[in-house]
Amino acid sequence: MCWVQMAETILSLRGITRDFGPFRAVDDITVGIEKGSITGLIGPNGAGKTTLFNVLCGTLAPTSGTVMLKGSDVTAMPSDRLFAAGLGRTFQIPRPFAKMSVLENVMLAPLAQTGEKLAGPFLRARDMRREEDAIRARAMEVLEFVTLDHLTDQAAGQISGGQMKLLELARVLMGDPDLILLDEPAAGVNPTLTRVLISKIEELNRAGKTFVIIEHDMDFVMQHCAPVIAMAEGRMVFHGSPEEAQNDPLLLEAYLGAAAID
Amino acid sequence: MIGVISYLVFFTTVAAILAIAVLGLNLQWGNTGLFNGGVVAFFGAGAYGTLILGGTPQDAHLGGYQLFYPLALLGGMMAAGLMAWVVGVLTLRLRHDYLAIATFGVAVAFENLLRNASGFAGGAQGLRGFQRPLLAWLGDGFTYNLLFLAFVLILLVLVYLFLQRLIRSPFGRLLRAIREDETAAKSLGKNPARIRLISFITGSVIMGLSGGLYGTFYAFISPQDVLPILTFQIWAMLIVGGAGNNRGAVAGAFLIWGAWTASGWALSRFAPLEMQLYTGSVQFVLIGFVIVGMLMWRPQGLFAERLVVSQTGRARQ
Repeated sequence: MCWVQMAETILSLRGITRDFGPFRAVDDITVGIEKGSITGLIGPNGAGKTTLFNVLCGTLAPTSGTVMLKGSDVTAMPSDRLFAAGLGRTFQIPRPFAKMSVLENVMLAPLAQTGEKLAGPFLRARDMRREEDAIRARAMEVLEFVTLDHLTDQAAGQISGGQMKLLELARVLMGDPDLILLDEPAAGVNPTLTRVLISKIEELNRAGKTFVIIEHDMDFVMQHCAPVIAMAEGRMVFHGSPEEAQNDPLLLEAYLGAAAID
Repeated sequence: MIGVISYLVFFTTVAAILAIAVLGLNLQWGNTGLFNGGVVAFFGAGAYGTLILGGTPQDAHLGGYQLFYPLALLGGMMAAGLMAWVVGVLTLRLRHDYLAIATFGVAVAFENLLRNASGFAGGAQGLRGFQRPLLAWLGDGFTYNLLFLAFVLILLVLVYLFLQRLIRSPFGRLLRAIREDETAAKSLGKNPARIRLISFITGSVIMGLSGGLYGTFYAFISPQDVLPILTFQIWAMLIVGGAGNNRGAVAGAFLIWGAWTASGWALSRFAPLEMQLYTGSVQFVLIGFVIVGMLMWRPQGLFAERLVVSQTGRARQ
């Protein structure tokens, strides 16, 4: 289809390779993530998904290759600057600020707050308070959106694993990124919360956000992601629609075959 | 009676001075999670800095500039801050126990340097001599001590209010986030290295103020005052009081200083004569017990850190 080719690329990878000593975890991946898509990244254990994900998030530098975000080179850019550039991420194992309230977790995220500077609370107290009121109001909206508004004052370390995943999404949304990378959002989450999470992802996607989702669960990817990128042994072995993925012999061998055994 | 009151004034002055240092440590450890194992170095930098700048003329070593007292105190704070900046930049990549080991080493090196560099600040004999301000006007007696106590208490309250405001602000939120999970904070656009350095320097400047007050209160500072035991005492105060809670930090300072003084008195009074030489060591053991016992049975301290919640409209601790 012609329109797929014409779609704008928000993130493009060129020749991304990452070695750990003699071991090549990611091998020459070149692919573009279309703006407005929910791209699924699948592959069996050890395929290099997480390594690739970490390269995109700025946690790992690639051995070679470049990452371009919205047309500018962001290769090996640290994650704080990536967030400011419009790329948000969540973690496979949630990382809440455990001894802070859910609301505080979310209020932390907006960038360049006046009160974040040492002198802010003293020299610019009024600006800071006005800003805080606005941030609090927005945080409440976002918490309501992810259905966590009833947990505002709970310690973030005491909510369920699934709620933590929603909290991470809420934190990321406070920064209003264009591209959101989700690392196994459905892993270890009960079906009810997974459905909530999917509906929120789809709602955000309709509003223009692009998602890249690493997911182990094939059903999840086939139902909710398009296109699908599959990796095996560090290489990209497939890039296409979920329908095509289900009929691709290479992919069947690399991934579905393995999945069918366990 | 006047003896008891006069002793109480003395006791409260020292406890309040130490409480300021505990507040500084609470900013670093309680709020930011920075394990400063060399508190005494920054306390000492403040004490030496203040006495060098504000002390009476000295021969054979640095000092005796007789600067106006508040300026000398500020100078001492700056000395502590400067040292914290250097140490902070060098140890920026260290976490937890590694940071503790490195800062502990800095404190030991600091003490050794001062003990041996006699041309710099008097060596093992220390720095002696400080002309108390307003002495001619107030006289050298109980009234003076009472007023000095008031001065220390005012500074303690100011430091407390400064820190309360700081930790309730978005800056405090940022410190806690970095304490809880640096990787997550970084993924949300924050710069942990910068914030940790700011917190480390600010806490050390406060320790420097404490040291400056301590040095001028005794009009004397020597390497004996900057031994590691003081670091442990200050840590015990914070752990007993409650890390992350400024009220706890102050309460812990008074409690532990009280217990330290009382145990010292009791040991000297009741220990057999031939054991008198070792009572100091018994106190060291006791302080170790207090820290470990507290960490095992009530790690949150007497005053636990409070969650910042939304009902009040404004964040509170």
